[in-house]
Amino acid sequence: MDVNKNSYTFGFAAIMVIVVAALLSAAAIELKPFQSRNILLEKKQNILSSVGININREEADIQYPVFVKEELVLNYKGEEIDGIAFDIDLQKELKKDKNLQSLPLFISEVDEKKQYIIPLRGKGLWGPIWGFIALEDDLNKVFGAVFDHKGETPGLGAEINRSFFEDPFSGKTIFEDGVLISIKVVKGGAPEGDMHAVDGISGGTITSDGVSDMLYERLSMYLPYFSKIKSEMEENINISKIDTLLTFNDKKIQ
Amino acid sequence: MSKDSFLSKKNRMLLSDPLDDNNPITVQVLGICSALAITVQLKPAVVMALSVLVVLSVANVVVSLMRKMIPSRIRIIVFLVVIATLVILVDQVLKAFVYDVSKELSVFVGLIITNCIICGRLEAFAMANPPGKAFLDGLGNSFGYGIILIIVAFFRELLGAGTLYGYPVLEKLGVYDLGYENNGMMILPPMALITVGVLIWWQRARNKKLIENN
Repeated sequence: MDVNKNSYTFGFAAIMVIVVAALLSAAAIELKPFQSRNILLEKKQNILSSVGININREEADIQYPVFVKEELVLNYKGEEIDGIAFDIDLQKELKKDKNLQSLPLFISEVDEKKQYIIPLRGKGLWGPIWGFIALEDDLNKVFGAVFDHKGETPGLGAEINRSFFEDPFSGKTIFEDGVLISIKVVKGGAPEGDMHAVDGISGGTITSDGVSDMLYERLSMYLPYFSKIKSEMEENINISKIDTLLTFNDKKIQ
Repeated sequence: MSKDSFLSKKNRMLLSDPLDDNNPITVQVLGICSALAITVQLKPAVVMALSVLVVLSVANVVVSLMRKMIPSRIRIIVFLVVIATLVILVDQVLKAFVYDVSKELSVFVGLIITNCIICGRLEAFAMANPPGKAFLDGLGNSFGYGIILIIVAFFRELLGAGTLYGYPVLEKLGVYDLGYENNGMMILPPMALITVGVLIWWQRARNKKLIENN
């Protein structure tokens, strides 16, 4: 047979493509459960890592329920709605209108203190970037942050998942006089003592800007919830103040 | 065709030649890109070497089996389809069973497709030889590639991070107490090039066959 005939060449190409496509889809379907499990465990690992607990993936599966006490789904008004926070895919939520988005929130307890963990997702240079930011119980001070990316430039933007970039976020604050400032990743280095800025990565400016935008956009979505929690906290403080006054008075009367 | 045994001298040459006299990296200077990128630590280097081993030997056999059927006008496309299929399979398997390593290798697994060693062996060897020989040729060349990768990664991880396969060797040996510090330069890509350069130098000093007479 003449293997260089046009008809043969076309036929060969067509059969080859079909065989390869069948082979690859079979492999993808067979391996999918294993891959999904890895991705799920990695999410747990990242959530724990944002509150300073760095363990491997298998341990994360066991330790996750120990530290993460509550998983909430919020709407844009900050009200709790039905749903499983862990299963919410931010990629899909971000495509929706702001008023229709479900906002996942994780509440953890480390060293008997509450942390509010907010999942993040935004755009880097080449593809999506994501992460988790954990706030302390005053909803202002950052407890910790983790970031990751799909395909940022190795050695430049890809460094956002390294501790030298993530660690400076701890201790920064996101509010200034009650206004959300968020945290900016500053090219050329953050000014010393700035509570709302961390050092950017040389050569990774677009990824760094992506992190800043992502933080501001995501945090601003939770503002209604924050003010609700804060007013609840103030109420509690006032009630306890009244309580102490009352007991004080009682003692006086006695 | 001569009926020599599977491990005849000629066939053994297919395995041993790429290790030294015809090494893909140090002699043919192919596949340098990946050699620079993933040799910071031993572990990804070993995984990369194994992935290339699987891809190259299987691709060689597949192409060799089809060598009389492949229309010569689209042969390069056929090579790429065969290689790409195998690479995607390897990538999927890594993602399912060694997730950390697959994250670390990220784009480089995909880059096996463009590794010139593989396309080179398919065109130069598999298209003209029976499957058995092609398999040996694939093994030999990926050993030649892998051994250089592992040697470079050995020195870069040891001198750059003081560990081997993640194990803190230098700390256990107490070298730091003597005032030694990790050489941060070894972690950076240029040192991979210099390490490969030193290997080429050493190999040529030892193996006189490689010295060009001009």
